[in-house]
Amino acid sequence: MTDRTRLALMLAPALLVLGGLFLTGLGLTLLRSFRYFPALGLTKPDLAAYAAILTAPGFLRSLGLSLWIATASTLIAAALALAAALLLRQAFPGRAVISFLIHLNLTIPHIVGAIGILYLFSQSGAFARLAHAAGLIIGPQDFPALTHDPFAIGIILLYVWKELPFITLVLLANLQSLGEDHEATARTLGATRWQAFRHVLLPLLMPGLLSASALVFAFAFGAYEVPLVLGAHAPKALPVLAWQAYTNPDLATRPEAMAMAIVIAGIGLALLALYARAFRIDHAR
Amino acid sequence: MRARRLQSLAALALAGWLVLPLLPLAIWSVAHGWRFPDLLPQAWTTKAWSYALSDTAGVLNSFGLTTLIATATTLLAALVGVPAGRAIGLHSFPGKRLVLILLLAPAILPGLATVFGLHGLFLRLGLTGTLAGVILAHLVPVLPYMTLVMAAVFSRFDPAIEHQARSLGATPVQTFRFVTLPAILPGLLTASLFAFLVSWSQYLLTLAIGGGRVQTLPLLLYSFVAAGRNDVTAAIALLYLLPGLVILAITARQITGRSAALTEGLRP
Repeated sequence: MTDRTRLALMLAPALLVLGGLFLTGLGLTLLRSFRYFPALGLTKPDLAAYAAILTAPGFLRSLGLSLWIATASTLIAAALALAAALLLRQAFPGRAVISFLIHLNLTIPHIVGAIGILYLFSQSGAFARLAHAAGLIIGPQDFPALTHDPFAIGIILLYVWKELPFITLVLLANLQSLGEDHEATARTLGATRWQAFRHVLLPLLMPGLLSASALVFAFAFGAYEVPLVLGAHAPKALPVLAWQAYTNPDLATRPEAMAMAIVIAGIGLALLALYARAFRIDHAR
Repeated sequence: MRARRLQSLAALALAGWLVLPLLPLAIWSVAHGWRFPDLLPQAWTTKAWSYALSDTAGVLNSFGLTTLIATATTLLAALVGVPAGRAIGLHSFPGKRLVLILLLAPAILPGLATVFGLHGLFLRLGLTGTLAGVILAHLVPVLPYMTLVMAAVFSRFDPAIEHQARSLGATPVQTFRFVTLPAILPGLLTASLFAFLVSWSQYLLTLAIGGGRVQTLPLLLYSFVAAGRNDVTAAIALLYLLPGLVILAITARQITGRSAALTEGLRP
């Protein structure tokens, strides 16, 4: 057996599984978004489903909401994670506890965190009760709507809670492999602490920060169960709207659901390209 | 001195924020009638726990089912992902970039991008509403994770020791059993544990492919959220965290394996 055949045999099962499931799933979604579905007598692909979602106000509002959720969550989580990584790089009493909490958070399913955020920030949640005890509000309705709200504040809070540890761990792994030499060198050459951070450390951390942020953005944009628990009735996050269109008893909305899934896939692919670039995939390993 | 204090303050704030959403879950699970505006429940009870652990709630069944699905998915992913990880970690070959992109795509693209098409495919194959269908669907996020982590594990493996074993008369099976496997085992174990968690956390794929007939723990959990049963919801949510805690405890000492599992294939 030549090395080539051996390699091909080692890779074939994984590629078959992923090709058969992932690529087929994506391909079928694409075909049906063009309303190509021979079993239902649809044999002439067209763009009617895309035209339908683009002219309905619900889709654009949901797309905007999901982009807002993903952007705000990613920016806040990335900024806080950078600070947390710089903090955890130093030794201080209690660092082991925080390190444990960060790892613990990573194992917690999103839906559990979403329920925790709901019980904290809803209008009858823990903070509303504290506000009542402090005499700030009289009833639950006086407390600002932070969950099921049109600005998706509860959803963003969940992602900040859940993704801050994720980005922090990626950055800490990067810091560990860098060592402290570069910054120290910059300092001995006369750079201030800020300059050493801004012009030496930050550029070195940027690929890791960008790739982790791309993953977070994609997740916050496309996750279903988090807006399911914390989202408003209207506008709905795009994944919730797409699922609703797919499960609508009226089968005519199915191609529209497929078109929404393709929009989500398109944004995912753009992020994949960003991730691959930050990761420098062609030089990887 | 001021910097020191600022540092402690930031550390405290971070620790507090990380724990905060878990506190109401812990309290709700043992609360008896915790109405607005009470800061704490009027009485404490283990009723939610005994209900959650009773046969009628179906939580234990769901727990078992979710464990079965995650275990089967992980074993399948290991079977397929270890050789692929070896090929990627140890060799360069034409098209490697494409293979890496195919592995990264399911990890980055939201499940929603493929789940409708997958549902259509499984409908035709008669796999919707079945355990096998859900396990296969879970391979979409789990297999890339397993393969990428194993690629990182193999990139630190020196195949020269296999050649030595072979030249000393070991059969290929013996070489794998006594040379290769022990070397990759810590990494494989950690990758498997975290792969288990990836499957354990799936929501949408199970909902779509299982079609309500495969009731895993997160689906059951949401039905209690929707019903407004905060006490039972909290108890189930805490039960749902158990495997993660066990896995953290097991991997706590395996720094090398865990760092590979976390940094090479880490998912939000």
